[in-house]
Amino acid sequence: MTTHHEIIEPPKNDTAWILSKRYWYWLSFLMPLAPVISVYFAIEFEQGLWLWFTPVLFYIIVPMLDYIFGNDESNPDEQLVKRLTGERYYVHIMILTTLMHWVSLIAMAYAISHYEWGWLNIVGGSVSAGIINGLALVAGHEMGHKVKDRTQIVCSKLLLACSGYGHFCIEHNKGHHKDVATPEDPASSRFGESIYQFVIREIPGALRRAWSLEKTRLKRQGRSEWSLSNEIVHTDLITIFAYALMFFFFGPIMIPFLAIAAVFGWWQLTCANYVEHYGLLRLKGADGRYERCQPHHSWNSNHKVSNLILLHLQRHSDHHAYPTRPYQVLRDYVDVPTLPSGYPWMFVVAMFPKAWFSIMDPKVVEWAAADMEKVNIFPERRDDIFNRFHNPVQSKGGS
Amino acid sequence: MSKYKCPSCGYIFDEEIGEPHEGYPAGTKWETLPQDFPCPECFVREKPDFELEES
Repeated sequence: MTTHHEIIEPPKNDTAWILSKRYWYWLSFLMPLAPVISVYFAIEFEQGLWLWFTPVLFYIIVPMLDYIFGNDESNPDEQLVKRLTGERYYVHIMILTTLMHWVSLIAMAYAISHYEWGWLNIVGGSVSAGIINGLALVAGHEMGHKVKDRTQIVCSKLLLACSGYGHFCIEHNKGHHKDVATPEDPASSRFGESIYQFVIREIPGALRRAWSLEKTRLKRQGRSEWSLSNEIVHTDLITIFAYALMFFFFGPIMIPFLAIAAVFGWWQLTCANYVEHYGLLRLKGADGRYERCQPHHSWNSNHKVSNLILLHLQRHSDHHAYPTRPYQVLRDYVDVPTLPSGYPWMFVVAMFPKAWFSIMDPKVVEWAAADMEKVNIFPERRDDIFNRFHNPVQSKGGS
Repeated sequence: MSKYKCPSCGYIFDEEIGEPHEGYPAGTKWETLPQDFPCPECFVREKPDFELEES
């Protein structure tokens, strides 16, 4: 492990590109329209398979565009960071994006319930809404970090409410960011752990941690966790209210539709959590505390297209270094763990554990200089992993 | 009344205001905050990391 990763890439002189991204960020606003447009085509061409367009867009077309357009080499310099951080324009895009997510979900609910579709295409439409729900969680994540900005927090709750994942921001800000890249974190995946083993640990673990954090906060305030002061309850009430209305107006087909859309949204989040810190481990100091989260504790991807759609979430090291830094000024670091492609394609790879392990395990081993004591390991496979990979080189003066 | 600043995100804990949302009411003395008190804005720095801004 080298130590130069703290050095941020010297900003390239392409202020023009960085500034022009202000228009590209409208992609976040437009993406929720994808399933709605696909419904239009399905009706126009009388071909229900169009309802599968959004998964194709996310899992195939975006990775192809990532491949074609490559990396975003630009980093804003200090001056530009200062200038762009305060620009409200970027928040306004996200506010309108919030609105668009609800428009999209309701439009899809309407389309699914008001036309005759085969079950396969209903699943397609529901998965499409789920992919958009995943993007709502990305946007909700971005705004949920701005805890001192009331507008953004309200938007964040509305975005999480799309898929009924109201506990996310509490769990993420106070839990994941604190415990990231340690065995204690249910939202950091372990070396040798498949995504299917990860998800059954992550989803309940995240909910439990969120609830306990909120309970502790309310206890300090002298309130019960079973009250409207509980912010998890707030967001979940929005979900219950909205889902009940859709059930009332659009009928029982809403049960499978909303269930698939919500669960698929969570799955998108699980995929993100799975790829963001796979195997990476913070070491414990002499005082028994974990070292601070460093840039080399996150997997990054600097692909242009997926970063525009995912609000630069893939510049993940900078996000963990400065969790409140807004998306428009997140930066790329030199010499940090880097994924071979953007998140959308890595999500596909993650769903095939053999492919995932064959690509990612050598990268983690290299990262740890084959010292598996320095890797966040899936305990069930510990012996097997040590037999296969543990081969630490005697370090010269430590790493 | 003193103020302490998070070195990472710039959040300022002002004893006069406290941090009511996190359950520390106005007038909460810095000394009485637990050692593991996290920055209530970025949550990645804790009490010992804070710098005295104004006393």
